[in-house]
Amino acid sequence: MVNERLFNLLILAILIGVPAWAYVSDEPFIITLMTRAVVFALAAVGLNIALGLGGLVSLGHAVFFGIGGYAMGILAFHAQTFTPVTEWPFVIEGTKSMPVIWLVAVVMSSLAALVIGMLSLRTAGVYFIMITLAFGQMFFFFTISWSTYGGEDGLSVYVRNGFPGLNTLDPIQYFGICLIILMTALTFNLFLAKSPFGLALNAARQTPQRVETVGLNSTRLKLVAFVISGAITGLAGALFADLNRFVSPTMFSWQLSGEIIIFVIIGGVGRLFGPVVGALVFVALEHLLGGLSDYWHIYLGFLLLGIVLFGKGGLIGMICGREKVDA
Amino acid sequence: MTFVLFAEQLLNGLQFGIMLFLMAAGLTLIFGVMGLINLAHGSFYMIGAFAAAAVAGATGSFLLALVAALSAAAAAGALVELLVIRRLYGKDHLDQVLATFALILIFSEGTRWIYGSFPLFLNIPDYLSGPILLPGGIQYPLYRITLIAVGLLVALGLGLMIAKTRIGIQIRAGENDREMIAALGIDISKLYTLIFALGAALAGLAGALVGAIQSVQVGMGEPVLILAFVVIVIGGIGSIKGALIGSILVGLTDTLGGVFLPQLFKLFMEASVATSIGSSLASMAIYFLMGAVLVWRPTGLFGAR
Repeated sequence: MVNERLFNLLILAILIGVPAWAYVSDEPFIITLMTRAVVFALAAVGLNIALGLGGLVSLGHAVFFGIGGYAMGILAFHAQTFTPVTEWPFVIEGTKSMPVIWLVAVVMSSLAALVIGMLSLRTAGVYFIMITLAFGQMFFFFTISWSTYGGEDGLSVYVRNGFPGLNTLDPIQYFGICLIILMTALTFNLFLAKSPFGLALNAARQTPQRVETVGLNSTRLKLVAFVISGAITGLAGALFADLNRFVSPTMFSWQLSGEIIIFVIIGGVGRLFGPVVGALVFVALEHLLGGLSDYWHIYLGFLLLGIVLFGKGGLIGMICGREKVDA
Repeated sequence: MTFVLFAEQLLNGLQFGIMLFLMAAGLTLIFGVMGLINLAHGSFYMIGAFAAAAVAGATGSFLLALVAALSAAAAAGALVELLVIRRLYGKDHLDQVLATFALILIFSEGTRWIYGSFPLFLNIPDYLSGPILLPGGIQYPLYRITLIAVGLLVALGLGLMIAKTRIGIQIRAGENDREMIAALGIDISKLYTLIFALGAALAGLAGALVGAIQSVQVGMGEPVLILAFVVIVIGGIGSIKGALIGSILVGLTDTLGGVFLPQLFKLFMEASVATSIGSSLASMAIYFLMGAVLVWRPTGLFGAR
């Protein structure tokens, strides 16, 4: 069994080393691929807070990913067409500035998570899964019929949005932005798990009755976790949209919700670096198997089935054994 | 708005709801008895439709196609239960979601591998095509009326089976106390396989029947699956009656909302704006219905737990 802390350092080395090598040997495609993995990892870090800490099996996290994406798409669309987003009650202009877009993405996806969380936390277990899935579908169909912003065809943004002092069109610089955000989210996750809130949430997942007995509201704890989770996944959505310079209703699709869960599971639920490992493995499989066969999802299906039926604790669980989350 | 148009839309909604019922009934039975959430139920819908299209293409007989759909879906259901699902009963919902999600990937890509990405077509047989004149001067496609009739017959049959037959007693007993009925000498694992295959067969039947009015393609099952989830959330898990009422509510809301909401907005808005806002809202109507039921009754209209 490998020490988990050591394993996490190795993953960190891959996250920095591979793009650095790609930069030196002039392979921008590899850098873009790594950026994709880092953005997926960020979305999965968000889900891991709800799933790993709170035990909430959300099959609708694509909602927040999509809202983040559309926050970027709508603001940049209005900036590039020089039209205001709204004129009433006050004028809101579009923007091409990443920090502003990120803020809007986080606020909007938190709000959506608050509403969806309040409704779906009235139930638990299998109802919760079905309801989050259904809300995901609701947003999917809404964006398809929302013709102002491209409907089914989605929206293209011609120039990547800007970050003060950086050239975001340079792949390595955009990768740097995404990696720093991922690291910030992971640090936040680490502190959150060890904070009084994180401990209470952990207890609420395991035995809600005990938490209620000591006077804490377990539903409210889970709701807060769900909102934080949605906000982080929303931020990932905005970064993903900027990576592709394109948003479409597929960002809301149930397949994407499933994939975000897969990232967490392949890596290991509740493990700090689980989502990162999962996203890296997924993007690597997508690239390698996708090159071999158009039907690579079939192999992904068998891999996933194997992990669920025979492997406990995802890849980190298999490599590092059953350890307490500690990095 | 004429009466005839309204009646037609009402029947369309009813037909849509009844087909949803065939999906939701299997799902709710499987959840009620085995406590399993099955995302791969949409795959059986797809398998039924493909089997029907393939057999109808080869033999030209619609009845044979339906038999093929039922047996292919039931066989796939039994096989999947024996190989995979059986290992999931004791596990938590997350594992069930993932394993059945993996099954979706395998079934969908496997079907794409065999049949390609282009849709297949399944034709309505001659003796069921064309319109029929209903009382009140309503012209309505005979095939859709047949769908409603078949669906209602299946609902009646299921209800009778669960209320009157020996298998039905075992199913109800399995919902309440699985250790006890195993102790009474009933082979519970055989019963589980049977229920799973029955649910899969119903989904396959729905796929084949709907396949004749829509195109048969990979991925056709999952949107219907998610609607069936909405039905179950509204009706209450484990209740066949809840599934029937929930399906009809969802079918009517979706169909009538799609037709009448844009018209309603036209009363006080510009026509083009009204159409776009109305159709956007209509696409969300059933989810608002679900939200309202959740606020009012978190366990659904007929849910026990």
